[in-house]
Amino acid sequence: MTAVEVNHLYKSYADVTAVNDLTFSIDPGEILGLIGPNGAGKSSTIKIILDFMKPDSGEVKIFGQQMNEAFKDQIGYLPEERGLYKRLTAIDLILYLASLKGMDKATAEKKANILLEQTGMLESKKKKNKEMSKGMGQLIQFIVTVIHDPELIILDEPFSGLDPVRTETIQNIIANLRDEGKAIILSTHQMNKVEELCDRVLMINKGHTVLYGDLTETKAKFRRNSVQVAADGELGDLPGVIDRKLNKGSVELVLAADTTPQTILDRLRDRKITINRFEVTTPSLNEIFLNLVGVDHE
Amino acid sequence: MNKTYLVFKHEFLHAIKRVGFVVMTLIVPVLALLAIGVYELVTTLTEPSVNAVTIVGYVDEAGIFSDQTDQGLIKLIPFVSREDATQALVRRNVSEYIVIPAEYTSSGTIQRYTLAKELVTPPITAYFIESFLTWNLLKDDVSPEIITSIVSPLNLEVTRLDENGDIAQEQGNIGNIIIPAIFSLLLSMAFMFGATSLISGLGEEKESRLIEVLFSSVSVRQLLIAKVLALGTAGLLQVLVWLISAPLLLSLASSSFGGFLSDIQIPANFLVLGVVYFILGYLLFAILSVSLGGISSSTTEAHNLSMFYILAQFVPLWFSAGLINFPNSPVWMVLSIFPVTAPVQTMLRLGVSDIPAWQIATSIVLLGLSVIVGMFLSIKIFRMFMLMYGKRPSLGEIIQGLKTA
Repeated sequence: MTAVEVNHLYKSYADVTAVNDLTFSIDPGEILGLIGPNGAGKSSTIKIILDFMKPDSGEVKIFGQQMNEAFKDQIGYLPEERGLYKRLTAIDLILYLASLKGMDKATAEKKANILLEQTGMLESKKKKNKEMSKGMGQLIQFIVTVIHDPELIILDEPFSGLDPVRTETIQNIIANLRDEGKAIILSTHQMNKVEELCDRVLMINKGHTVLYGDLTETKAKFRRNSVQVAADGELGDLPGVIDRKLNKGSVELVLAADTTPQTILDRLRDRKITINRFEVTTPSLNEIFLNLVGVDHE
Repeated sequence: MNKTYLVFKHEFLHAIKRVGFVVMTLIVPVLALLAIGVYELVTTLTEPSVNAVTIVGYVDEAGIFSDQTDQGLIKLIPFVSREDATQALVRRNVSEYIVIPAEYTSSGTIQRYTLAKELVTPPITAYFIESFLTWNLLKDDVSPEIITSIVSPLNLEVTRLDENGDIAQEQGNIGNIIIPAIFSLLLSMAFMFGATSLISGLGEEKESRLIEVLFSSVSVRQLLIAKVLALGTAGLLQVLVWLISAPLLLSLASSSFGGFLSDIQIPANFLVLGVVYFILGYLLFAILSVSLGGISSSTTEAHNLSMFYILAQFVPLWFSAGLINFPNSPVWMVLSIFPVTAPVQTMLRLGVSDIPAWQIATSIVLLGLSVIVGMFLSIKIFRMFMLMYGKRPSLGEIIQGLKTA
């Protein structure tokens, strides 16, 4: 069953349309990357899914039904800006918020210890939140988000402020959760993380869908007719190549419309040129993002 | 487990562990004990013993004042001249002296000399001097009983009758205002601290976005009801500590301050109404604070705006002197019915005069309705504006929002 189904969602504030005819879905065992510039409508979309606010029109279904209180125990949510009760210890905060998700104390404590161990926070569990660094606080909030084994996880900028080691830890946990069959919405500005983690991507700008689909297919769709080549010696004139761009240690050959990469590879091989690297140029998600929303964003 | 209960438990434990709550709960009995202790200490160190007699000198230039020099706590001793009296005063053989001039009977003027810096002559000293003069002036012409009556002509004993003409159970006494006045003050402070605490807690959750995590687990209704009830229970606990410590403190105070405290009568319906008004008042202030916490752009702004209703509830205390002097003014009736001032004003009035049953009923019904309607509206307001960070909605936007919600 589809975890989240959003159909023709609209939401306006005064004279600004924050969400404009959004339609998308997420299945269990899938990570959807929700990307877009600031003010694109990502947070509004998340808040409507969570039923924090009502849409002007459109429909959101969670596991095939309208969102209701009963579903809240199946959802884990990590907001973008994060804070904790300053006077509570880490473990007390985790246990309190886990109890609100319907967990009994013994189970929550056992699971909390596992997650604290996984994130390297076990020794800090009795620290008061005001004594912890921002990164430590974020890990505690991440634990709070996933401790109750939710079927739907919504993460808003989960990596912001984390050092590379902690980023890697969280990234691995997210990937494992996907493998366990959880549906995950990952809202982030870190395109490399979307490329590394997401199965599907939804790019929005000014409330509109700019791009939506399978990540691999999307990247293929935006593939340019060019190849990256790193070789020993001069390549010489190559029929079918209409432009060359020098990069560090390689050259990008822009091909004519009727020329394929295979043709170029064959020609280079015929000339007995030693090829160290030959790669069809695929744009990064960041390039696609800038290409699609860059002008608008500016 | 019920989520409202879980939030209630968390909020209640959080509230009673706050330093401000602990200090506020303990400070009332501790301050009262300290006051009694300090009073005892000061009186022991400064007051003469019960039998100590003050020696007052006098110079009788009129030549007719020689009797009744023993006036209870004051003993008068004669001096031949002002110089002798002054010398005795300087040597501290007398605490003060008076001069009765030769023309006293026509002028009525007495001169008093003392080393003490005083604004006015102490009434007790003036009373005994007056008694001494009156006795000597009338001793040859009037019987001692009549002189006693002239010196103390009025000892007013007031008895309050009920509507059947029988002696009323509750007798008027200035001491009767003490318990209601103290309770009203504590009530106002409990409301103030409760409201402040609620605004701070909500502010912390809103500014840290924890509120979003909470709302992904519980409904707005569950969260707000639990918060309001938790703070109400914490406030009730506070008042219970004060009430339980009150009999002990009163008995200690009675033995220290004496007399009038032992005559204190607590109005029959005071305790029941006290609990009712406390609960309803606390709920009303909590609900007002929740609404304010929902629409304010920052905790500081919410605290500033809350001053309107926090200060309003102190109005009955500011004008309590007017209540004592003019207990039947319609102003007090209005303040007893207006929900924000009703708890404090009604408690105060109970100590001063009777309140017609219809006024109490109207006041409680209005307060109860305010709580119910307020809770309903605050949930809507909070739900609409809780995620509006850094911007406070205008009154028009709130009204429009309530219409469309």
